Amino acid sequence: MPDDTPIPAIHDIGGAARFHCTPVEHDEVPPDAFGKKVDALRQILAQKKLMTVDELRRGIESIPESEYFALGYYERWLRSIALLMVEKGQVEEGDLR
Amino acid sequence: MAAPPRPDSIALLDRLMAALVARGIVTEAEVAERQANTDKASPETGARMVARAWTDPAYRALLLSDGRAAAEEMGVSMAGAPPLGVLENAPGRHHLVVCTLCSCYPRAVLGYPPNWYKSFAYRSRAVREPRQVLAEWGLNLPDTVEVRVVDSTADYRWMVLPMRPAGTEGWDATRLAALVTRDALVGVAVPVAA
Repeated sequence: MPDDTPIPAIHDIGGAARFHCTPVEHDEVPPDAFGKKVDALRQILAQKKLMTVDELRRGIESIPESEYFALGYYERWLRSIALLMVEKGQVEEGDLR
Repeated sequence: MAAPPRPDSIALLDRLMAALVARGIVTEAEVAERQANTDKASPETGARMVARAWTDPAYRALLLSDGRAAAEEMGVSMAGAPPLGVLENAPGRHHLVVCTLCSCYPRAVLGYPPNWYKSFAYRSRAVREPRQVLAEWGLNLPDTVEVRVVDSTADYRWMVLPMRPAGTEGWDATRLAALVTRDALVGVAVPVAA
């Protein structure tokens, strides 16, 4: 019988074995200035109807595995927001290099 | 602990902001104002909702049937926020909230999600071995207590209504609210009377 169980997408880590031996660290450090700014920018772009939460998620979930786990939380958000703004023609790729 | 952003990420944010500002899409002042507003949300709001539910049966009923309306009644704007479900703990039942896919969290009533809530370890383990995760954090639930793990999503957020601790008879809502920690609202702890 072929195993036709789909391979979970990169973000779909509920129950994933790779973290079973990793303790949940009591990390109470609040977001830093970078994170708060990315967070605020996302809210404003959503309010201006330039992106949705689902689009943000699609951008995050399309980050390649090696980068997904290496980047910080708000770094993943920023990658997604930048991708969306280029896709939508709000900024140009050259602006971001 | 969460690593600081990489230099290339900081540069990317600067370039993205500069491009958006140059095109008249956002201003730095707008972003700063939004950040200041976001900073104001805190778990004290969720704690006040719980304490009121412990002392006001009508509010408790509202909280359990429509978390959004219950939050609005405490003066919190839920405009644009997804529905808020409230999970009632009972003597034989404990709830734990996780977002396995990312970090969905009722931010209007709890503030920014903490780093551990967004961690790969919590996201993966909370649904596979919740009792173990809770025990590591000092909450040992007897086998007679059922543990229900609920996945918060982009379309529906959850918080826990913990049980009122013994020894708090006659306390008013303000005193009770001080017992309700953010961890208790997520389900990784339970309130205890000091």
